[in-house]
Amino acid sequence: MHEFALADAVVKAAVRAAREAGMARIEAITVRVGELQQIERDLFEFSLTEVIPAAEPALQGVRFVVEEEPVRFRCRVCEREFGTPDLDRVEDADDREAIHFLPELSHAYIRCPGCGSPDFEILAGRGISLARVEGDTDPGPAPG
Amino acid sequence: MDPRAAAIDDRLAGVGRIVAVTGSKGGIGKSVISSSLALAWADEGMAVGLLDLDFTSPSDHVVLGGGGRFPTEEFGVDPVVLAGVRTMSVAYFSGDAAAPMRGGDVTNTLLELLAITRWGDLDALVLDLPPGLGDIALDVVRLVPRTEFLLLGTASRVVIGSVQRAVRLLVELRAPIVGMAENLRRDGGGEVEALAAGSGVPFLGAVPYDPALEDALGDPGRLRETDFFDAVRRIGREVAGRAGTATSPPGR
Repeated sequence: MHEFALADAVVKAAVRAAREAGMARIEAITVRVGELQQIERDLFEFSLTEVIPAAEPALQGVRFVVEEEPVRFRCRVCEREFGTPDLDRVEDADDREAIHFLPELSHAYIRCPGCGSPDFEILAGRGISLARVEGDTDPGPAPG
Repeated sequence: MDPRAAAIDDRLAGVGRIVAVTGSKGGIGKSVISSSLALAWADEGMAVGLLDLDFTSPSDHVVLGGGGRFPTEEFGVDPVVLAGVRTMSVAYFSGDAAAPMRGGDVTNTLLELLAITRWGDLDALVLDLPPGLGDIALDVVRLVPRTEFLLLGTASRVVIGSVQRAVRLLVELRAPIVGMAENLRRDGGGEVEALAAGSGVPFLGAVPYDPALEDALGDPGRLRETDFFDAVRRIGREVAGRAGTATSPPGR
């Protein structure tokens, strides 16, 4: 249940971002889920609601929006761009599991379909990122 | 925004001291010293973690006789306990496969490991750094600024100069240095001790070149019987006794 740890990180980062922006209450948290990490989405969404600390008033009634981002790679040797079908070619369950935990291990199991190099850049869709935190900004005490 | 950085402090909240074993040259024994230091502390009853940050050539699990893939997970990933030491390594995920990584990949992997590993309460966490003061060392200073650096050197002329540069860089980064130790000491020695004295860094001790070491790797019982391990145990006590003393020496 490694999704739980990632959900916990998302909520902590959102609370920190909201505090820095002076938000009194968070209405919505948008999370981008990269395809490469192969998150179990149901489990991740369940975890997001589970990790909300009851003692955190800013998060009461928060809504989570989860967006998926397809994976894109670019070969550093031949500059070819590639993506989902090349991830799908990793068939061994353990190898896929390794990428799930540490997406950079894709360099061990995925090769550029053009030249066969493991030296590629992960352009998009790596893992979890916090896309947006929306909420009410505390206006402070009304001027008297 | 990357959410993982926000989780790191929490994941390390139960960890007492964090000691990074570093040396600017490869092949001077960082992994064997790191693993043995963690083992020596565990033998003395401390709760100890060991994080192998040499992502392209992880070997701490080899020193402590571990293997296999995929640690157990529940609300995160649990370290693999080897000879009483809680260990974490990319090798538990990638097995024997080679995963070439560039700077950004290295940073991402470090962030991911720090964000998902459940160390629990530890007296100390040992970080085994790869050679050089590149991505990993800079990221450790940036992400876990309370890390104390233990600089490892040997008497070789090709090592001394680079350890000297490492001290200068750590001073510039304001990274705490707990001390300097010498590995692979044969006859004489004293070069690393002199360098430590000249740099204003405590000298923690010397570890002899021990021909019995190679055959003891992978077997913690035999490792404990080596002269090498005796010397590491003494250095461990020296470091343990220096809790709260690591500061960045004045720049020179």
